Amino acid sequence: MSATAPLIPSNAPYDVERVRQDFPILTRLVHEKPGRPGKHLVYLDSAASAQKPRQVIDAMRDFLEQDYSNVHRGVHFLSQRSTDAYEAVRDKVAAFLNAPSRENIVFTRNATEAFNLVAQSFGRAFFQPGDEVVVSAMEHHANMVPWQMLRTQLGIVLKWIPVLDDGSLDMDAYEALLGPKVKLVAVTHASNVLGTVNPAKEIARLAHARGIPVIFDGSQAAVHMPVDVQAIDADFYVMTGHKLYGPTGIGVLYGKKDLLDRMPPWQGGGDMIQTVTFDETTFREAPYRFEAGTPPIMEGIGLGAAIDYVNSLGMGAVRDHENRLLAYATERLSAIDGLRIIGTAPGKAAIVSFVLEGVHPHDIGTFVDRAGVAIRVGRHCAEPLMDRFDVGATARASFGLYNTEAEADALADAVKAVKEFFG
Amino acid sequence: MFDDLRDLYQEVILDHGKNPRNFGKPDQFNRHARGDNPMCGDKIAVYLLLGADGRVEDLRFDGRGCAISQASASLMTEILKGKTQAEAEALFGHFHEMCTKDDHEHTDHGRLDEEAVEKLQVLSGVREFPMRVKCATLAWHTMNAALHGDEKTSTE
Repeated sequence: MSATAPLIPSNAPYDVERVRQDFPILTRLVHEKPGRPGKHLVYLDSAASAQKPRQVIDAMRDFLEQDYSNVHRGVHFLSQRSTDAYEAVRDKVAAFLNAPSRENIVFTRNATEAFNLVAQSFGRAFFQPGDEVVVSAMEHHANMVPWQMLRTQLGIVLKWIPVLDDGSLDMDAYEALLGPKVKLVAVTHASNVLGTVNPAKEIARLAHARGIPVIFDGSQAAVHMPVDVQAIDADFYVMTGHKLYGPTGIGVLYGKKDLLDRMPPWQGGGDMIQTVTFDETTFREAPYRFEAGTPPIMEGIGLGAAIDYVNSLGMGAVRDHENRLLAYATERLSAIDGLRIIGTAPGKAAIVSFVLEGVHPHDIGTFVDRAGVAIRVGRHCAEPLMDRFDVGATARASFGLYNTEAEADALADAVKAVKEFFG
Repeated sequence: MFDDLRDLYQEVILDHGKNPRNFGKPDQFNRHARGDNPMCGDKIAVYLLLGADGRVEDLRFDGRGCAISQASASLMTEILKGKTQAEAEALFGHFHEMCTKDDHEHTDHGRLDEEAVEKLQVLSGVREFPMRVKCATLAWHTMNAALHGDEKTSTE
């Protein structure tokens, strides 16, 4: 059986209890003290970072125990093993995103670095003072601050696509922003706060009609649903390993070949210019010239294992499972008096941000944590979006492929109890 | 479900959190500062009226945050009214250590107003919640910044 073949036939029901057995951390108790039993962990913070299945943990350990060495720079046995294993992950990522080729895949340290790469390489090479970048108001700071820094460096202008009350993007306003000075559109495929899944294909179509390329933040989308960069016609697409049940320290930039080929390197160092086992000129080509220095090797192996893992479940099945959970959690939470969900666009990813009348999100976080429920509270690296909805912060529950309806119940029960505590 | 949170969320804190005293921007002040806790999104502004004799004649705050940060700010405004700058600084030093260190590690801040110290004790529960210490200390950091003429401060 190939590594990417589904282990479960596509018509089989999604067996979440079996999936949970793959995640050692999910069996642990939290807040255990002498004389007091712990609570079962209810992990609803996968949008911040997802837990890792045994398959990922084992792959990284096995790699370190059996095959580890630096890559691209040795003739010895382990160097070849490491290089082959690491470069095979590039193929896996390409297949996962349905990229035309492995050459479209640049490894970075995280999603943030991928945005900085495009800003500092593509932006600096091709933008002039006064040029515009259109950015949505629902971006994570990772797809906002690099453009602001470029604004300071080059004198470009940022235009913000407004967000409607239900958390969807104002597509009319977006189209109106696409003027002759726009050189790039930077939009998230799915919002880490609102859960909104933006119409990526339509966003790209409108931009391309005016010759404008688009960069999508797929940090959330790529973990919740199947992604096809060619169907979307994305020019750049960014994702990160640790939200896809892989390790921290590795991210991905997908870029169209003709764009990557025209972009200058942004960081200089080893690996981008010289190796022993491969032809030197190969490394000066994209994507390698964007990967200066020793790459995140072990992390790459972990990402490859994570992709194998989610493929074994099927991203379509994961999406369907999470959609059921989202509908259930939304129903349970909405029934709580004084609770308001921020982000109610149709077709959302499994993220529920909410505020509770009379109780600050930070207090909610501390209380539900005592019930074993891990959620994120705060601004979620999206401060302008908090201002847009006139909330200082929100509580956010995010659901992953291992979560259950019973866990949505645990959250709703805990939130109800918080409400009662604060009267 | 929440028994062991009672130490942190005592009635006094819930009361001050819900009905903060000295809340709102005053007409008259001569020192002010903004405080920001980027991690949780708390924002606060502290307004001081420092008299010619160096005493805090008036102290008010506004902004939004969790129950802990609002209650801490509210209690602070009550406690510091009428105190000299040196007394306010000493109480800040004491309060900060109370939130972050065990009792035996406390340094000597000189003679402190015992009533004030006792009143602040209600917030000592945050020591068991390292993630929440900044909620309790934000208002005090902001007050201290205002005293020293820094108009912006952050607990990050």
